[in-house]
Amino acid sequence: MRAFQILIDGFAISALYALGATGFTLIFGVSGVLNLSHGAIMVAAAVAAWAAASILNVGTYAGALIGVAVALLTAFATYFAVVKPIQDSRRIPNEEKEIFVLTGTLLWGIMIQELIAYFFTNNAKTVLPIVEGVVEILGVRTPKNEIFTAIVCCLVIALLWLLVNRTRTGKAVLAASMNPRGVTLLGLELTNIYIVVWGIYGILAGIAGVLLGMFLGVSSYSVGPLTASAFSIVVLGGLGSVSGSLIAAFVVGYLETLTAYLVSPAYRTIPALLLLVFVMYIRPQGLLGRR
Amino acid sequence: MKKRLSVALRIALGAAATGAVMAASGAALAADPIRIGVIAEAQAIAGASIPQAAQLAAEEINANGGVDGRKIEIISYDNHSSSADSVRAFQRAVNEDKVNAVIASYISEVVLALEPWASRLKTPFVTPGAASNEISKSVHSDYEKNKYTFHGYLTSAALARSVCDGAKDLLVDRMHMKTAVIMSEDAAWTKPLDVGYEECLPKIGLKVLDHIRFSPDTTDFTPIFNKIEGSKPDVIITGISHVGVQPTVQWKNQQVPIPMFGISSQATNETFGKDTNQAAEGVLYQGVSGPGVAVTPKSVPFAENFKKKFGNYPSYAGYTAYDEVYYIADAVKRAGATDADKLVAALEKTDWEGTIGRVQFYGKDDPFTHSIKYGKGLITGLMLQWQDGKQSAVWPKDVAKVDVKFPSFIKLSN
Repeated sequence: MRAFQILIDGFAISALYALGATGFTLIFGVSGVLNLSHGAIMVAAAVAAWAAASILNVGTYAGALIGVAVALLTAFATYFAVVKPIQDSRRIPNEEKEIFVLTGTLLWGIMIQELIAYFFTNNAKTVLPIVEGVVEILGVRTPKNEIFTAIVCCLVIALLWLLVNRTRTGKAVLAASMNPRGVTLLGLELTNIYIVVWGIYGILAGIAGVLLGMFLGVSSYSVGPLTASAFSIVVLGGLGSVSGSLIAAFVVGYLETLTAYLVSPAYRTIPALLLLVFVMYIRPQGLLGRR
Repeated sequence: MKKRLSVALRIALGAAATGAVMAASGAALAADPIRIGVIAEAQAIAGASIPQAAQLAAEEINANGGVDGRKIEIISYDNHSSSADSVRAFQRAVNEDKVNAVIASYISEVVLALEPWASRLKTPFVTPGAASNEISKSVHSDYEKNKYTFHGYLTSAALARSVCDGAKDLLVDRMHMKTAVIMSEDAAWTKPLDVGYEECLPKIGLKVLDHIRFSPDTTDFTPIFNKIEGSKPDVIITGISHVGVQPTVQWKNQQVPIPMFGISSQATNETFGKDTNQAAEGVLYQGVSGPGVAVTPKSVPFAENFKKKFGNYPSYAGYTAYDEVYYIADAVKRAGATDADKLVAALEKTDWEGTIGRVQFYGKDDPFTHSIKYGKGLITGLMLQWQDGKQSAVWPKDVAKVDVKFPSFIKLSN
């Protein structure tokens, strides 16, 4: 009974982690950007979905769509207002650009967080679930929304896989992640590829944020922990490796759930962080890292 | 001759000018405002009401002529829920803005950080919402040093008593419940609360089956609720303040069949219904007041005026902050001065009917020195329940308007 419970709860949370981390790793893989405003974009999506549904009364579906749209806009704003100016700058030496992007996106994330706290307070918000009620699975009373979350996450990840491997745009993205110079030599505009990737990223982060808002709820305080969790999953899986991130998401998700059930909910995140440190020692490139 | 005259003239002019300045400053002294610094968490719902309610009280007092002709001036500082920011604000309030008293924070950790500063800077300081027993215990253990701090809200020990008093009538006598699990967040204020719960629940006839403390950073409450359900209690007794929306929503989404009863600070906010998408339905929580609940004749007019001015009902700390401005003003009037030691002596003699009941402070010999007195005829607290999207009082009988009712997923075992 308890084993099933861990299996089911762990799956939903892992799938959500996977979705959140996929976009994060994709951007790093393609453009070498570590986007530290990731958590803020997810929270912005969830709070927008909540505000649209609860304050403007647009309904659950429209609210969720507005949430994803806000994440998409915020992602583009991050790219055009913060990342691109740094990448294009002639005054910042190339070898320092990464650290500038890191600092820039971190500050950008804090700005978004403070804006959310200012306009919507720092109390937690929850998005109304698209499907309500519970079902019994193997004797475990499971909210239908938890199943819905897991299904949507898996579907979106599958779609992403198809997009990257089966479409022309996707293949260009893949090529850019392998050899950006080669792509430009083929006559493809690198900036266009970046815009596509940031768009994909915005949608992924938006869906993950809205689902998180439905499943667990978010507040402006969630910004830091969400960025940290995506960051550690991505590092564990190997920076830039999408499949590595997927595996790492499930490792972290299940490790946390196991700890919460078998040890104590208070120590939930500790074993996953210890594992991260351990992996850094014996395999610094992460589980499926390329370097 | 001419020269001497001019010197005499200068002296005369100087004397006249000095006299005029002295007269002017004398007049200014009489009308010098009473300055109260308000340090609070402007971004949190519970904290945002504190400066607003203080401002409302000050405006009312000033409209009625102030205190012996002196106006009340509120100077607010946002502490971003941080102890360090609060300490800086406290120093600035006393040293630069020259406040006569400070009202600060609903977070025990913040108040405990400010308490030594109230002693060092010898400035009367009242908290409208923190609960830790340690606040008034330090006043008791070193009275001469810490006498400047007043605890304007119930201590955790009193909160536990209030919950147990309500639970006895509602859960044990009326619903015949026998067992409970305590679920509380790991924070300074819940340590004494849990001690209080462990002690008083068995006394009223609720056996404590398990006691779960969790980190205030917890976002996924599924394992906690599953663990609680495993021990099959009749009720979950809560001690939550930093969290609130998330456990409540997950309780409803997972249809945990056990009622929640106890302290749930966020549930005292009017916005809690919207924040949880009405998952709050059926949640029972302890409060010192609530919209439409006439604890005293002052409660409802205050809540309505507050709503008219700020668009929402005050949080629990709004009620206490409003009362605090009034009884600080009353103490200044009785002391006839804003001198810190005289003000402390006057505050100790406070007997003020506010919005949450009759406010008096425990004396030097009580273990909770300078904390507000708990008991019948003073402050007992209430139990309220979220019903049909609104907060309704269900206990004690004299203010209760409705009966307890639960959403359909709650399965009462008796």
